Amino acid sequence: MTSKPRDAATATSPLGLLLIAGAVATVGLLIVAPLTSVFVDAFSNGPRAWWEALAHDPDTRHAIWLSLTVAPLAVLINTVFGVAAAWLVARFRFPGRSLLVSLFDVPFSVSPVVAGLALVLIFGRQGLLGPTLTALAVKVIFAWPGLVLATTFVTLPLVVRELIPVMEAIGPEEEMAAVSLGANGWQVFWRVTLPNIRWALLHGVVLANARAMGEFGAVYVVSGHIAGTTDTMPLRVEKLFQEYRTPASMAVASVLAALALLTLVAKVFIERQLETESKELEAARAPGADTDPTTGGLGS
Amino acid sequence: MSIRVDGVSKSFGAFKALDNVSLDVPQGTLLALLGPSGSGKTTLLRIIAGLEWPDSGRIEEDGTDITDRHARQRDVGFVFQHYALFRHMSVFENIAFGMRVRKAPQAEVKARVDELLHLVRLDNLGSRKPAQLSGGQRQRVALARALAIRPRILLLDEPFGALDAKVRVELRQWLRRLHDEIGMTTVFVTHDQEEAFELADDVVVMNEGHVEQRGKPDEVFDKPASPFVMDFLGNVNVYHGRVENGLAFWHGVPIHYPDYPHAQAREARVYLRPHELDIARAPSGSASEAHAGTSLAATVLRQTRTGPITRITCQPRQGGSDLHVDLPSAAARELGLQPGESVSITPRHVRVFLPDPEYVI
Ligand SMILES: Nc1ncnc2c1ncn2[C@@H]1O[C@H](COP(=O)(O)OP(=O)(O)OP(=O)(O)O)[C@@H](O)[C@H]1O
Ligand SMILES: [Mg+2]
Repeated sequence: MTSKPRDAATATSPLGLLLIAGAVATVGLLIVAPLTSVFVDAFSNGPRAWWEALAHDPDTRHAIWLSLTVAPLAVLINTVFGVAAAWLVARFRFPGRSLLVSLFDVPFSVSPVVAGLALVLIFGRQGLLGPTLTALAVKVIFAWPGLVLATTFVTLPLVVRELIPVMEAIGPEEEMAAVSLGANGWQVFWRVTLPNIRWALLHGVVLANARAMGEFGAVYVVSGHIAGTTDTMPLRVEKLFQEYRTPASMAVASVLAALALLTLVAKVFIERQLETESKELEAARAPGADTDPTTGGLGS
Repeated sequence: MSIRVDGVSKSFGAFKALDNVSLDVPQGTLLALLGPSGSGKTTLLRIIAGLEWPDSGRIEEDGTDITDRHARQRDVGFVFQHYALFRHMSVFENIAFGMRVRKAPQAEVKARVDELLHLVRLDNLGSRKPAQLSGGQRQRVALARALAIRPRILLLDEPFGALDAKVRVELRQWLRRLHDEIGMTTVFVTHDQEEAFELADDVVVMNEGHVEQRGKPDEVFDKPASPFVMDFLGNVNVYHGRVENGLAFWHGVPIHYPDYPHAQAREARVYLRPHELDIARAPSGSASEAHAGTSLAATVLRQTRTGPITRITCQPRQGGSDLHVDLPSAAARELGLQPGESVSITPRHVRVFLPDPEYVI
């Protein structure tokens, strides 16, 4: 072979070509084709019909509005919980710490439907807290608080999981420095901790938001599927589809798909920032072995 | 402001990081905390600063108990082991931080930061980010940031640890002058003994969470209080020997040792520093005999020159581990010893430590 060594990586062998073809076919069949067909179907009767399907059906309008309320609420709860929990785990050693960290992962391993049922068992009218909630006239299951709870549950690991490794990598020294300089707890958090974790936090928030918008299983169980009341966008997509109103269903689906694409773009951008920051962190840790032109004046 | 540490202990789980440490630092002293890695230096410094809480014991400033006082109210400036600069803030904002959180007026902040930038010779670098600075520059930003709040105590955790040798020497001389000008009580951690001896008024040697010795640099160097200190100060030849009747025996060579007048012989460890040994070419003929009872016969193995000092490594004639002798390089050249030559070695000064039940190797 007379080619340069790096040409080996461009895989022109039959096996290499086969693998590339396989990967392209899989991505095309499983990701690109379905996503494209969503948009094609959504706009099959023209943009006007698409717009009317979204804006002129009150149940659909409500579903969009509900999703845009429930998801941010769940993400907000997640953010507050995630930051506090990550700080606790990254900065303190206490008995049960590793158990706690594994508990954060439960929502990922439990089927969302099971999670929804569990919430019904606790907050439902016959549930553990049922009598109390009835007495207080608070409705959780078959109402929006249940949707928020279910969505929060399934997205719970996303923010905290994102933050723990980053906070551990950064270490407590900057926070200690801030304290020694007279900062109080809030000042340390807003001026030192938050700026240091902002990209990781945003990454977690974007992922959690995408997951919250698209959540179906857990929300399906706790919502009771009441059109115009507890239907979120994914539930609305399914209901319209069942009613053979495919174009309308696809119109809503296209909004979800567009959100997903937006998430993807945001994710790529944030990941670049994260990479830059972790490189900076490395550089800051490296001993400043480079020559220091300004120390010269100190010796005299 | 003076500091008193009184019987402070601190454990992390089952591990005792500090064990009943007491320490007095009079106003205006520049004190060095010297000790191997893990001996509790950082922990002690953090407890003095209020960044870590002792399990027991007290901390006093000027005679006032401040054990329960928050770090904010302690008047302490802290320079961290790896600087811990706020990496998303500019150099200017790093230095300004302490005044900003105290809500100092903008004009005052600006004036003070400019003054400090000048003091640490970083006048034009205020807008840089820490990542864009060299190690020595970062170090000086960390120092300026700590000084900005006009602390009355300055604590520095291995301030020059990560710097190259030349920058390190310049910065520590500069720190000494700064300390003399401002007159703050200063404690700095190092595991470089040269740094401690050159810079400090007082040296404290720590080991496994307790203070081994406290004294003037000369005292600690000339009269190490324990085998640990002797070992830690390094470059020492250690031999097993014995003591009896006011004499210590090292390879059969008797050395005056009045501290042990008893007739009963005891095992002891004999410490000889390489620069406290005389070396001479053995008179030919009697080379195989130990020279007149006061010196040790040995064979030269090699010579290593490191700048002004030449180290001669010898093998004692009776066997045992190699012995190092340090000579000024000029003297070594004059002597002109060759590997394989016979020499006699005479200690000018030895230290003997009897086995101590507390010091188990
Ligand atoms: N937060 C902590 N949790 C558990 N162990 C700790 C903690 N901080 C310190 N230690 C332990 O306490 C001991 C003393 O630590 P310390 O940092 O005070 O040592 P040091 O003398 O500063 O060492 P070095 O020279 O390496 O900086 C070490 O064994 C360390 O592992
Ligand atoms: Mg340390």
